[in-house]
Amino acid sequence: MPTASQITMVPVVIDEEKCIADKGCRTCIDVCPLDVLWINENTGKAHMKYDECWYCMPCEADCPTNAVTVNIPYLLS
Amino acid sequence: MALPEDISVIDVDILIIGGGTAGPMAAVAAKEQNPDAEVMLLEKANVKRSGAISMGMDGLNNAVVPGHSTPENYVKEITIANDGIVLQKGVMAYAQRSFEMIQKLDSWGVYFQKDETGEYDMKKVHHLGTYVLPMPEGHNIKKILYRRLRRHRVTVENRYQAVRLLKDKSGAVCGCIALSTRDAKVIVIRAKAVIMCTGAAGRIGLPASGYLFGTYENPANCGDGHSMAYHVGAELTGLECYQINPLLKDYNGPACAYVTGPLGGYTANAKGDRFIECDYWSGQMMMEFYNELQGGNGPVFLKLDHLAEETIQEIEHVLHTNERPSRGRFHDGRGTDYRTKMVEMHISEIGFCAGHSASGVWINEKGETTVPGLYGAGDMASIPHSYMLGAFVYGQICGENATEFARNRELPELDEAFILRERERILAPLKRSDGIPPNQFEYKVRRLVNDYLQPPKITKKMDIGLARLHAMEADIPYLYARDPHELLRANEAQHILDCAKMAAFASLYRQESRWGLYHNYVDHPQTDNDNWFCHVQLFKDEQNRMSCRKMAIEPYVVELDEQEKSAYQQLRVKRAG
Repeated sequence: MPTASQITMVPVVIDEEKCIADKGCRTCIDVCPLDVLWINENTGKAHMKYDECWYCMPCEADCPTNAVTVNIPYLLS
Repeated sequence: MALPEDISVIDVDILIIGGGTAGPMAAVAAKEQNPDAEVMLLEKANVKRSGAISMGMDGLNNAVVPGHSTPENYVKEITIANDGIVLQKGVMAYAQRSFEMIQKLDSWGVYFQKDETGEYDMKKVHHLGTYVLPMPEGHNIKKILYRRLRRHRVTVENRYQAVRLLKDKSGAVCGCIALSTRDAKVIVIRAKAVIMCTGAAGRIGLPASGYLFGTYENPANCGDGHSMAYHVGAELTGLECYQINPLLKDYNGPACAYVTGPLGGYTANAKGDRFIECDYWSGQMMMEFYNELQGGNGPVFLKLDHLAEETIQEIEHVLHTNERPSRGRFHDGRGTDYRTKMVEMHISEIGFCAGHSASGVWINEKGETTVPGLYGAGDMASIPHSYMLGAFVYGQICGENATEFARNRELPELDEAFILRERERILAPLKRSDGIPPNQFEYKVRRLVNDYLQPPKITKKMDIGLARLHAMEADIPYLYARDPHELLRANEAQHILDCAKMAAFASLYRQESRWGLYHNYVDHPQTDNDNWFCHVQLFKDEQNRMSCRKMAIEPYVVELDEQEKSAYQQLRVKRAG
């Protein structure tokens, strides 16, 4: 079907230098209540795939390498 | 007929749907009741961080602690706050086990604030009694619950959305159909008893910010349980008594008068003046809040700027590390400092939540719904104002009673034809290559809710809203999902549509106004105790139509005196002179 491609600034930002998802870590992906963090197939790192964030912060709090930052979604900030 | 091999059937004794607050407690209670029982906890997210308390909780809002209150006084307070429409036996069952549950949690390592003599440091927030107990280190509550699940060998299945409940020929519930949110696999869990702990329906309305997931409730709590209960034939109650909360504007998290109130903070109007006597959330309080917002004295603020530095630091510690810790980040982004600025507040979107108001799937004092074998606890079930502690207590009550129900039941028979039909329906959006994306469908439902169903409620508007929502049923066969995650959202969106229709239907049925803003019905502005001092039960009738009926209130176990009845009607601060 024809679709539009719209750009969205996502609230959860992952520092790919620090992220160890490519070594098998799934912590942020496991704890997200909305299941919006997935592996980026190209990099093997975690990323926010769906802009459906409750800015609740388990992903940031539980990350073993402090790679995750939760920003307040732009619409609310 | 046999089920095809690609549908796996898992057999358990007790199935608990939802692993947030009530669910883990129900699972532990079931194992304590019968260590040999096979107990499964099914969770749409991950039990480590799911539900309303994924990041913890800053206190108990309804602790009935000897020396500070009695179960009788608590039952009175909740009866009055709900304009008399309560199953008092249900509130009493909570109140009598409230303290025992606090002690249990204490023994598990949950830290409750104590005073210099080692007693629980109770705070007064309610209009009449003293029920608030701070938990300054409450951020670890989910970890403590998780350890208990491990210790009792509860089987946990994460990332499964329960979509429909199953019934056997006798009409008793016998399990559910669930959808894996990661790979769109449909499974059947056959159970001798089911406890639903699916949380509030918090994604019915659209937050004022316009961000679909910027809801007050954890957006995973979208009304799955309300919809499943409706479709399996259970009664829901009080759906016209919406949950609407006073929150930080845009952030949509609680302003936490329960935390700040005992320390000297309060809700103020634009002039910095107090306008409500009591910050405890009730429909009557919300009515005053709404009037102030809409009147010339708005907006409304949380006022802390008069407090001492050490008090502000204490408030910041609790509010910025607990429950909704991104609050501090939100304030930083706008340059809001409690020391110098009042914090703007607003009201939330509507929802169903027994934790804060009184609406949900009907349960009695044993946690039983109106369908045999089906139990309910927490924000989804109908015991009013139950908050986190009520979810724990009713989780325990349900765990005990469901285990006894299961003990006496043979393995139920499955309705294979129903399962196959449902699998087809659940997976359909994934099989299409074109259609309506779930997020657009959901946005439209929720926008109609805001346009037509929010209070002040007006018959003509609600009629239009209900008709437009009915018309959207014709869109369901066009829902289109590109991947398993979008399929999850497509199924959630259908549950949200069910909840929206129920909100309209129940509101139109109760032709009076009650509970302040929650059911502020402009066409029927007075409270009419002669005709409407009753519960409104909503259910699916024999022709599969949505129906309502009146149900008498059971005789009170604690009588109120006349003066007490009106206590919550006098929440506006009286003008001096």
